[in-house]
Amino acid sequence: MIRFEHVTITYPEASAPTLVDVSFEVPEGELCLVVGVTGSGKSTLLRAVNGLVPRFSGGVLAGSVTIDGLSTSAVPPRDLADVVGVVGQDPAAGFVTDYVEDELAYAMENLGVAPDVMRRRVEDILDLLGLHELRNRPLASLSGGQQQRVAIGSVLTAGPRVLVLDEPTSALDPAAAEEVLAALTRLVHDLGITVLIAEHRLERVVQYADRIVMVPGDGRQVVVGTPAEVFGQSSVAPPVVELGRLAGWAPLPLSVRDARRVAGPLREQLASVDSAPFSRATRSPGEVIATTNGLQASYGPVTALRGVDVEFRAGEVVALMGRNGAGKSTLLNHLVGLREPASGAVQVMGSQPHRLSARDVVRVAGLVPQDSGVLLYHDTVAAECSASDRDAGLTNGTTRTVLDRIVPGVDPSTHPRDLSEGQRLGLALSIVLASEPPLLLLDEPTRGLDYGAKQRLVAVLEQLAADGHAVVIATHDVEVVASVADRCIVLAEGEVVADGPARDVVVHSPVFAPQVAKVLAPLALLTVHEVELALAVASDSPYK
Amino acid sequence: MSAPRLLHPGAWWLWAVALSACALRTTNPVLLCLIIAVAGWVVVSRRADVPWSRSFASCLRLGMIVIIVRVVFQILFGVRVSGMTLFTIPEVTLPDWAAGVSLGGPVTLESLMAALYQGLRLAAVLACFGAATSLCSPYRMLRALPTVLYEAGVAVTIAFTFAPQAIVASRQVREARRLRGRSDRGVRAWTASALPVLEGALDRAVALAASMDSRGYGRRGSSSVAVRRRSIGLVLLGLVAIAVGSYGLLDPGAPALFRVPALALGAAALLGALIAGGRSTTRTRYRPDPWAAPEWIVSFAGVVAFGSFVSVSRMGDALNPSTNPLEVPAVPVLAVVGLLVAALPAWCAPRPPALVAPSTMAVAA
Repeated sequence: MIRFEHVTITYPEASAPTLVDVSFEVPEGELCLVVGVTGSGKSTLLRAVNGLVPRFSGGVLAGSVTIDGLSTSAVPPRDLADVVGVVGQDPAAGFVTDYVEDELAYAMENLGVAPDVMRRRVEDILDLLGLHELRNRPLASLSGGQQQRVAIGSVLTAGPRVLVLDEPTSALDPAAAEEVLAALTRLVHDLGITVLIAEHRLERVVQYADRIVMVPGDGRQVVVGTPAEVFGQSSVAPPVVELGRLAGWAPLPLSVRDARRVAGPLREQLASVDSAPFSRATRSPGEVIATTNGLQASYGPVTALRGVDVEFRAGEVVALMGRNGAGKSTLLNHLVGLREPASGAVQVMGSQPHRLSARDVVRVAGLVPQDSGVLLYHDTVAAECSASDRDAGLTNGTTRTVLDRIVPGVDPSTHPRDLSEGQRLGLALSIVLASEPPLLLLDEPTRGLDYGAKQRLVAVLEQLAADGHAVVIATHDVEVVASVADRCIVLAEGEVVADGPARDVVVHSPVFAPQVAKVLAPLALLTVHEVELALAVASDSPYK
Repeated sequence: MSAPRLLHPGAWWLWAVALSACALRTTNPVLLCLIIAVAGWVVVSRRADVPWSRSFASCLRLGMIVIIVRVVFQILFGVRVSGMTLFTIPEVTLPDWAAGVSLGGPVTLESLMAALYQGLRLAAVLACFGAATSLCSPYRMLRALPTVLYEAGVAVTIAFTFAPQAIVASRQVREARRLRGRSDRGVRAWTASALPVLEGALDRAVALAASMDSRGYGRRGSSSVAVRRRSIGLVLLGLVAIAVGSYGLLDPGAPALFRVPALALGAAALLGALIAGGRSTTRTRYRPDPWAAPEWIVSFAGVVAFGSFVSVSRMGDALNPSTNPLEVPAVPVLAVVGLLVAALPAWCAPRPPALVAPSTMAVAA
């Protein structure tokens, strides 16, 4: 259905090609997952399927891409609309109309589908994706998961045989991600649609994949195979696969269900081990850095926070979790003084952040926003660093020193936009950290990061907590919470519904539990690393 | 009253255009305030709970700025009018090459009132525009347009989305500056944020264009290049002629050729484009909005108001009260009645459908 033959893609002004000599084929009716480290060219590969690369991006594509027998060099994307549907990373950026129904009909109107057929297909898609209750809603009022489903529906109505999705769940909370993935599997199983999907959070999608295309990103050949084949050798793998490797299970389990069926002996072996020694709650928090008292916030008629009372202490890492729109970002914005509390109080290091001047507030609280790129607006890394020193009134070179500690070896003459996702986050983080705020806030820091970059981020955060910062991360990424958070606060509809040690909060939650905890329940082990330690203890134990 | 539904966007736009044509015909402050009030009342009664329904408030604010700027310019640079001097600002003698421009001098009540009336007129037109965009989204209007105009129209939609997106982007940039510890005030802060805002808007426009293209926008059926060029040429000619014609109708001083003949030429050219383009296009329309009794009432309400203004202006100068000598503006009863008719949609138009759950709108994720 999709065939890449010796495809090499070079962007203008790039020193090396982004993709080199890529050849693979996806047969009809498969769900094919594209994996690889950040910046390896996954998005480029996906956008080449219908010719958006190079037609909209510039650059040169050598080799050939054919889809359903049509070559993308001969046929422009618009004439492929009824063959392939492409959904980008940010669904809202691609919406043309204002209402759900209009958006679903848009592609068909362009194709000139007869009105009665159009009417029927819209109804079918509304049912298929569970959107019928939203049909009259303006697109702007939808949640992230709903928007993603509408975006999928809006390309499906044209009746494509192939669906291409770029990180469809990366911005979604676990429940909304399930919603989208369930819709996708229905399409593959019931309609025989071929799906090509890129995703970093392998733990969410790998169980549905028939085939994996692994893009190594350093000029090596892509690896194509079944999930078990590819993960047998790949460094990028979800926790459940790593657990399988550790326990020596064959074939490697790809889903929690598969793993649980073979995990009986492992659970018995670990049952005698007390999990307390692995609990990071042993890291004892220090003085109180920030508190909120009955904090209320609203956007127009919508209440975002209703009486939130939390406190953050030096030396702890706190995870802030909850649905999209639960008020996580709003809480962070209040802590850093971007918004004034409607009622209630926010205190950071004894002062109210929204009353402080910009220069003073960065000394008490620093926020790395969701899209860390917005913090960067100079031409080179060196210019960013020196501007940051100047802004915060620091001695020259402070930011660069912090940057070298977090991500060593960044070329100072690089444009920030050309950095990898992880490096860019590191640069934004060091700009915020340069003035050494005791309270450090990160909004969705792991979006778009591969497992390796996440591990490095976790190490940095642990170091910062050890240095006495209070670190707060708002995230949907349960695996990162499992590996770094001491305490977990769950928000729902602007209220705190859980606040306690991360282990207690996540282990028994069906939504927030990490894969390892789900496999080993009722044992309270959260990560593969903890299992490793526990196994070492168990094998030394005299009671074995 | 009929069941809740969205009114045909054409009806709202006709009503708003008629109301703004009324505003353009008058400088009577009482009537202008009444026009703004009518627009506001209809918006408050019949707008849906959607993000763009807030554009009326922004248009009112913009109108306030227009009035202030107009008055300030009058004080600084305006032509000096004799009358009751309120205060005098130092006069600057400009070099010869700037002859004709005056700077400073005595400021009279008469000149200020004239400037105020003119500013108010622009503010009223802006309010009418804001009412139309609050009551139906620009995209719904474009959907209702004939296919030939549609493609040009979508380019306009993208342009329309620029302003709200730039507002969002500039807020982001301002917040980012604060997070970096820079002051978020002053001219330098604004100029420094311009580039990232433009970059962001450009990125979004490209993303939107890519999305439209991969969903088949701009796809051509079997039509030949020549046919397409002919219909585009006719559309352009028609639009220009109609623009000239509308200007002529609104400006009583324009040559007669610029009025009805220009409008007729424009209409003919557009009709030709519709016929030429309609044969070749492959586009179809999903659930077109009906044009039923409420649509007739709403558009007639606007037309009646405009008619009342035209007949009042035929009868005398009540629409343009004198500011020199300054007098208390008379209020022509017929025009007031016309505007009250224009307020009818607040009761006669169907209510917009209520949202199932207006829950998470505008809450940042």
